[in-house]
Amino acid sequence: MSSHASSTPDNLLWKGGVQPMRVGYGKLMMWIFLLSDTFTFSALLISYGLVRFSYPTFKDLNPGQSIADFVPSTEWWPTPEKVFEAVPLLHGLSLPLVFVGIMTFILIFSSVTMVLAVEAGHRMDKADVEKWMLWTILGGFTFLGSQAWEWSHFIHGTGAGGANLISNEYGPTAFADFFFFITGFHGTHVLSGVILNILIFYNASNGVYQKRGHYEMVEKVGLYWHFVDLVWVFVFTFFYLV
Amino acid sequence: MAEHIENIDAEKQKPQTKELWKVFWILLIITAVEFVIAFQISSDSDFGKWLKISLFIILTFVKSFYIVGTFMHLKHEVKALIWTVVLPVVFVLWFILALVYYEGGYIGSLK
Repeated sequence: MSSHASSTPDNLLWKGGVQPMRVGYGKLMMWIFLLSDTFTFSALLISYGLVRFSYPTFKDLNPGQSIADFVPSTEWWPTPEKVFEAVPLLHGLSLPLVFVGIMTFILIFSSVTMVLAVEAGHRMDKADVEKWMLWTILGGFTFLGSQAWEWSHFIHGTGAGGANLISNEYGPTAFADFFFFITGFHGTHVLSGVILNILIFYNASNGVYQKRGHYEMVEKVGLYWHFVDLVWVFVFTFFYLV
Repeated sequence: MAEHIENIDAEKQKPQTKELWKVFWILLIITAVEFVIAFQISSDSDFGKWLKISLFIILTFVKSFYIVGTFMHLKHEVKALIWTVVLPVVFVLWFILALVYYEGGYIGSLK
């Protein structure tokens, strides 16, 4: 190879040795992966929105009535707060959105414990990393348990047949289909997040990262975990609130 | 990295967690506000319904700003990384607009 003079100014040349974005390869790739996952979840939520607004609302077909008089029918799209109003151990009470509010709190809380584990990693504080990772794992399992309860309640229903992929007591079949697919896809992310968190906790406890001299793995898995929380924030808004 | 390795035997550093807990409370309060909106503004009028939807969407983006900025640390990364992550999200807007503009009429006519 003959050397040839480059017209590129010296300060714009990357000569290797330094990370171009000042983050490790793994962390950068985690960001790129999360970006692709953003599109997947966007596709799901956008299709939910389009199908939802292609159906009339309860008010459209019953102009004189209030949302408070809502009754489920396959003719109109359900009002979420009239569907998700059950809380474990409080059978028969109408507590709209309370349980999903608790689930949101659990996920926000496990997000803050995750970022505290990352912070402890920066300080090379092994005991603190373990403590906060354990809280995060606990939060993840609590969320998954809550979701299992919510699914079970949704499937068994309120005595009018419940809901599955082909029939749905709360409204059009598409509503149940989207519910299972979107919350299920998110729940799968939570499950894989919990598994990753357990692996990281195991490695941290065995001193793998202490020996390595840095806790970057905690940061990478932390990014994934926060993303799962971020997706829930959007699912909560577009599925339960709007 | 050198100072990190030395730190193993050194005295423990103090945790820097003030900002993290602050963001936790912000997220919690915004979620509480969303609940208040959900039950205080009636969807019976078109105005109420669209006001609610707009407020929910704005608050959701405020929350995601805090999650991505502070929890995911993106606020403190180099500009090149920030733009690498944020710019492609514009395609989501395109996604929405294209589907609503080109397919909206068709989807609406199905039901």
